[in-house]
Amino acid sequence: MSLLSVRDLTVKFAMRDNTVTALDNISFDLAKGERLGIVGESGAGKSITGFALMNLLSRPGFIDNGKILFEGEDIANMSDAQMRGIRGNRMAMIFQDPMVTLNPVLTIGQQMVETLMAHRKLSKAEAEQIAVVKLREVYIPSPEERLAQYPHELSGGMRQRIIIAMALLLDPELIIADEPTTALDVTIQADIMELLLELCQSNKVGLILITHDLGVVSQMTERTLVMYAGKIIEAGRTREIINDPQHPYTQGLINALPQQTKPGMRLKQIPGNMPSLTAIPAGCPFSPRCEYVRDHCRTTRPEPVQYAHVEVACHEVNRLHRENSEEQSA
Amino acid sequence: MLAYLVKRVFQAIAVMLVISLVGFAIQDNLGDPLRELVGQSVSEEVRQELRDELGLNDSFLKQYTRFLGNALQGDLGTSYFFKEPALDVILKKLPATLELVLGATLIIVGLSVPLGVYTAIKPNTILSRLIMGISIVGISIPVFLTAILMIFVFSVEFGWLPSYGRGDVVTVFGHWDTNFATLDGWAHILLPSLALASIMLPLFVRLIRAEMMEVLQSEYVKYAKAKGIRPFRIYFVHALKNTLLPVITVGGVQIGTMVAYTILTETVFQWPGMGFMFLEAVNRVDTPLIVAYLIVVGFIFVLTNTVVDLIYGLVNPTVNLARMGA
Amino acid sequence: MSMTTNAAEASRWSRIWDSNMAYSFRRNPVAVVSLAIFAFITVMSLLAPLIAPFDPYDPAQIDIMNSEYPPVWVDGSDPQFMFGTDDQGRDLWSTILYGTRLSLLIGLCAVALQAFLGISIGLIAGYVGGRLDSLLMRMADIQLSFSTLMVAIIFLAVTQAMFGSETFNQYAVYFLIAVIGVAEWPQYARTVRATVLAEKKKEYVDSARVLGFGPLRIMVRHILPNSLSPIFVISTVQVANAIISEASLSFLGLGMPPSQPSLGSLISSGFDYIFSGSWWITAIPGVVLVVLVLVINLLGDWMRDVLNPKLYKG
Repeated sequence: MSLLSVRDLTVKFAMRDNTVTALDNISFDLAKGERLGIVGESGAGKSITGFALMNLLSRPGFIDNGKILFEGEDIANMSDAQMRGIRGNRMAMIFQDPMVTLNPVLTIGQQMVETLMAHRKLSKAEAEQIAVVKLREVYIPSPEERLAQYPHELSGGMRQRIIIAMALLLDPELIIADEPTTALDVTIQADIMELLLELCQSNKVGLILITHDLGVVSQMTERTLVMYAGKIIEAGRTREIINDPQHPYTQGLINALPQQTKPGMRLKQIPGNMPSLTAIPAGCPFSPRCEYVRDHCRTTRPEPVQYAHVEVACHEVNRLHRENSEEQSA
Repeated sequence: MLAYLVKRVFQAIAVMLVISLVGFAIQDNLGDPLRELVGQSVSEEVRQELRDELGLNDSFLKQYTRFLGNALQGDLGTSYFFKEPALDVILKKLPATLELVLGATLIIVGLSVPLGVYTAIKPNTILSRLIMGISIVGISIPVFLTAILMIFVFSVEFGWLPSYGRGDVVTVFGHWDTNFATLDGWAHILLPSLALASIMLPLFVRLIRAEMMEVLQSEYVKYAKAKGIRPFRIYFVHALKNTLLPVITVGGVQIGTMVAYTILTETVFQWPGMGFMFLEAVNRVDTPLIVAYLIVVGFIFVLTNTVVDLIYGLVNPTVNLARMGA
Repeated sequence: MSMTTNAAEASRWSRIWDSNMAYSFRRNPVAVVSLAIFAFITVMSLLAPLIAPFDPYDPAQIDIMNSEYPPVWVDGSDPQFMFGTDDQGRDLWSTILYGTRLSLLIGLCAVALQAFLGISIGLIAGYVGGRLDSLLMRMADIQLSFSTLMVAIIFLAVTQAMFGSETFNQYAVYFLIAVIGVAEWPQYARTVRATVLAEKKKEYVDSARVLGFGPLRIMVRHILPNSLSPIFVISTVQVANAIISEASLSFLGLGMPPSQPSLGSLISSGFDYIFSGSWWITAIPGVVLVVLVLVINLLGDWMRDVLNPKLYKG
């Protein structure tokens, strides 16, 4: 049985007089200890997926339909109390910006201890001991002293390490990390990612890494979902997706990477912008920007199909493949 | 820390100097001390002599320094009407006013936090809407009208509570008259305190609600939820602490404002406090008393603001007092 | 460059105005009713000289023998006085119309003065920056730490004692506007300054400067429009507060004299009679005052919800 199994998850936002679909029939699975990347531009629905998995969507967002089976139990229909027992305990989350994630008026120690005591019967001293052990695991120097410090006394990188330590406090089965390094200095981004990878591997924790950075995904994850306008448009093993992307959008993303471009050449960009959630085209959401577009793309929504080693939602994937291989052989 | 304290105290002293300058300017220009001393029937020659003797012909700076020196020794002149040192007159009235402020503060603190928190957590319940509705009516009724309405309802119509004066007071600590020692005292202070609280309470409920709602949207509250923390702890530990920090700052200013509102409540309830006395002094053109009131009230304002700033710095871990002193 | 951003700004504004604001207004019965009542009160008070059956300022029309007639729905009333008469025998309805006019006039003028001072100081402090900025803002802090009402009470009390009641009463309107207007400038100054600091960093201000526009033009044409929504929200609250302040001061006898009463002074003169049963002299102007302030506050609340401006917080 997989650790997490998402089926037809649909998330909507209640607007002034109608609703807007933010996640459209998302389905995917995650095995125990597996690391999955969710990539896409901002607004594609990556973060919403993360929060929906924690059942933490705040109004006006709500889960409209679908199942989120976590070890066989459906999170989407759980009571608040049941859900509380899972959050932070069996499923932990790492937020984007460590500067605003920790409560400014509580010490690091208080915030770690409360997490432990919310889920385990422990004395404060025992909880502090566990906290110190976990802080040491994320290479925080002199962890005992950190417990008495307030967040503002620590650097951003240090805070994100602490948040990673907090995620590991109760040995969860799954960690959801929502762009965990975007808010940090470039110089420490790689360190944090490496640490996260190391800890997930050594503790056999499942990871859902939400990012816009395909480079990060290729280093960190085994499988990848590519999202566009609230839909999964391509899913498969990370290696396959990076090396042989099938969907024109994914191809565009990879071609836009600086590594794919010779020095001195212009970076290739995908023309246009992702549609806003209120104005998603009727057919394939990518059709207005797609260079391979045909008439039926604009009217019929493509269903995901197995192609090569990936699952891809594109009507023209056959033709695309043919043209590409002709191009290469020519 | 010490540097910040020193800096803050210096600022307080500077403000007090400005107030004393205003006070002196008032004393210098308002009323004629000679007439109060000797009346109208004295010859011009004797007047001039007296003026010299009293130092009224000295330079401005000399007169101001003398005024300041006397003020520092607690001598703010002698009230024309009471023929007593002005400061003594005021200090005798001070307990009545401060107890009124205390009563109102207790009502405000006791009610605003639970009401503000409740309306922030459950913004859509009927009770919340009712509280918010009453609060906007509350801030729209001037204090004196609330006071009059209360007198009309509780004193005139029902006759439940007294409408004027302090009732039975008990002297404690030497010269502090307190209302809180007898039932009659409690009955007398209830309406004035309620009236005084009537405009501040809704203001605080709305402030706490707005701050709390903002805090509840913050990332750290979301994160606390993601950690599986119980709502009670999220509301009262994570959110409330952050909510109350800005409320402390506003609260400090509002204590001062409340002293101003005591003038209104004291007038309506004929409460024998400083404010009531001040208006009488104005009608009698009792200049030393007016000036003394200005300085005492100014001192109360400066003191509460300084203390509140320091408390804020101590309570808020993100304020580094040592750094702010630099 | 600046032209396009300018046009974008302008269309953004008109869009907010056309859709959001109007839409939310239509959908909010409280706002609609409040605006209707406010408009009604304003028009009635503006037309006071035409509508009022009596002129409360004309001694020839006042007869002390008519004093303390109750409103027409109470026994012992005189049908020519709809809301009864006050202690001096003036028709209460006419006096309220004129009084409301005074209260509104003082409130609006005082807020206009506050806004003028506060916006100018805020623009200068934010734009010039440096020592001048810190000096002005320190002054604002200190000014705010004193309650307006307290400052006003002391100022008016001393002025009254100094000039004597007669002269004071003659110029009471101006004194009230001045003292309420001057005491509250920091409310505006802080918010405007915060906007200036935020806008100053933006590209379009730079490009305007590069194009050679002077600081005054940049501030008034480019920066000021961005602080409009907080200014609107502050202004409604401030008008309500100014009307309350004026009423409170007049109630204490430090504002409008009984011969030329605002709502506050009317309530004050009636207060002496509530124990003898003449409740209407206090109650009716009291209700008018509360309704006036309440609808302004309700409009302010609605506007705050719609515009959701970033107001300065200490």
